[in-house]
Amino acid sequence: MTNTSGSEEPASAALRAEALEQLLTERGLIDPKVMNEIISNYETNIGPLNGAKVVAKAWTDPQYRRRLLEDGTAAIKELGFSGSQGEHIVVVENTATTHNVVVCTLCSCYPWPVLGLPPSWYKDPAYRARMVAEPRAVLSEMGLELADDVQITVRDSTSEVRWLVLPERPAGTEHLTEEELVPLVSRDAMVGVAKVKAQ
Amino acid sequence: MDNIADMGGTLGWGHVYPPRGDEPTFGKPWQSRAFALTLLSVRISGQNIDAFRYAQERLDRAAYLDDGYFGRWLNAAELMLTDSAILAPGAVDARARKLRGEDAPEPPIPEPARPDYVPTARGSLRTVDNPPAFAVGERVRAKDMSPSGHSRLPRYVRGHTGVVELIQPAAVLPDTNAQFQGENPQYVYTVRFGSRELWGADAEAFSLTVELYESYLEAVS
Repeated sequence: MTNTSGSEEPASAALRAEALEQLLTERGLIDPKVMNEIISNYETNIGPLNGAKVVAKAWTDPQYRRRLLEDGTAAIKELGFSGSQGEHIVVVENTATTHNVVVCTLCSCYPWPVLGLPPSWYKDPAYRARMVAEPRAVLSEMGLELADDVQITVRDSTSEVRWLVLPERPAGTEHLTEEELVPLVSRDAMVGVAKVKAQ
Repeated sequence: MDNIADMGGTLGWGHVYPPRGDEPTFGKPWQSRAFALTLLSVRISGQNIDAFRYAQERLDRAAYLDDGYFGRWLNAAELMLTDSAILAPGAVDARARKLRGEDAPEPPIPEPARPDYVPTARGSLRTVDNPPAFAVGERVRAKDMSPSGHSRLPRYVRGHTGVVELIQPAAVLPDTNAQFQGENPQYVYTVRFGSRELWGADAEAFSLTVELYESYLEAVS
């Protein structure tokens, strides 16, 4: 960030990341092994598959669904998911007539324990700026056309409260088991920019 | 502080990216390094998540935008580390230039000056003795104010009236916690606003909720 020499080409972000890692490592302030563990945890364990398991269980277990909508954090923890950016998770349900969609206009707050790190479109200024002002237009650009009678609620995540959307279970999936439903549940549907499709 | 991070309702950003199902967690290797470095830098600098967001808000436009989300994380990490005197200003730039073969003199390591601050508990949730000042269903107004430091009160709701939908657990107030001036725990309210209250008569029909800390709100008489 700080360019002390003025006119020369600034160092790339990649080079500055390497420089910072070196500076902190050589003074023993960080351990690259710990860094690798953090990275691999978010690449392999903490992602939208966790949220998909929550949703599939809620679709097939009415008592779990009730608990999830009453106390999202506790019900999600029942499945083993908790941690950073998931201190207090509120789950809201999308139906044929009500549609919730989540944004963070001030940074890119996102429920990491159930969805992992946010995708690029969620962090993009256009999404952050426009979703709170013209959600129907933004959803349409993203490929989701909602009928005129669908009531939209935008959830701007401005505190440490995190929102998870429980999408509507698609028609034609009545015969599927909880395990068979999991792969159908997309990250995008759990943020509210898509619906879950039967296949 | 009004700044570039407060993007709600701002213009000129163009179209949204359509979602891609196969997007990797980190598009480039440096982004994964920046992510882990930043998480660790919050700890090394003796700061907190609110200070991290405040550091992002103090970046200039290029430092905030040019290298995207992980670029602003990296820049904010550097700012926290220099503010706590773990690194000297210019240290990262000098090392980066050295890495690409330039003869860049490196500044000496400073005497660390971490903030004099200890959180009262982990995380942001706290218990408070007083009852919530506002009730579910009550009409409330977001104060029309522009705090000088960090704030989680978006510009686009200031001065507007909504209805309390949910009372959320009490939490540390980011405004003061970001600058190590105390936790000031207070209730957080999910407040529902109508789109026409926020954006005028021609707005799309929808409603919106925002989590607002108790001190951001006033009663509507």
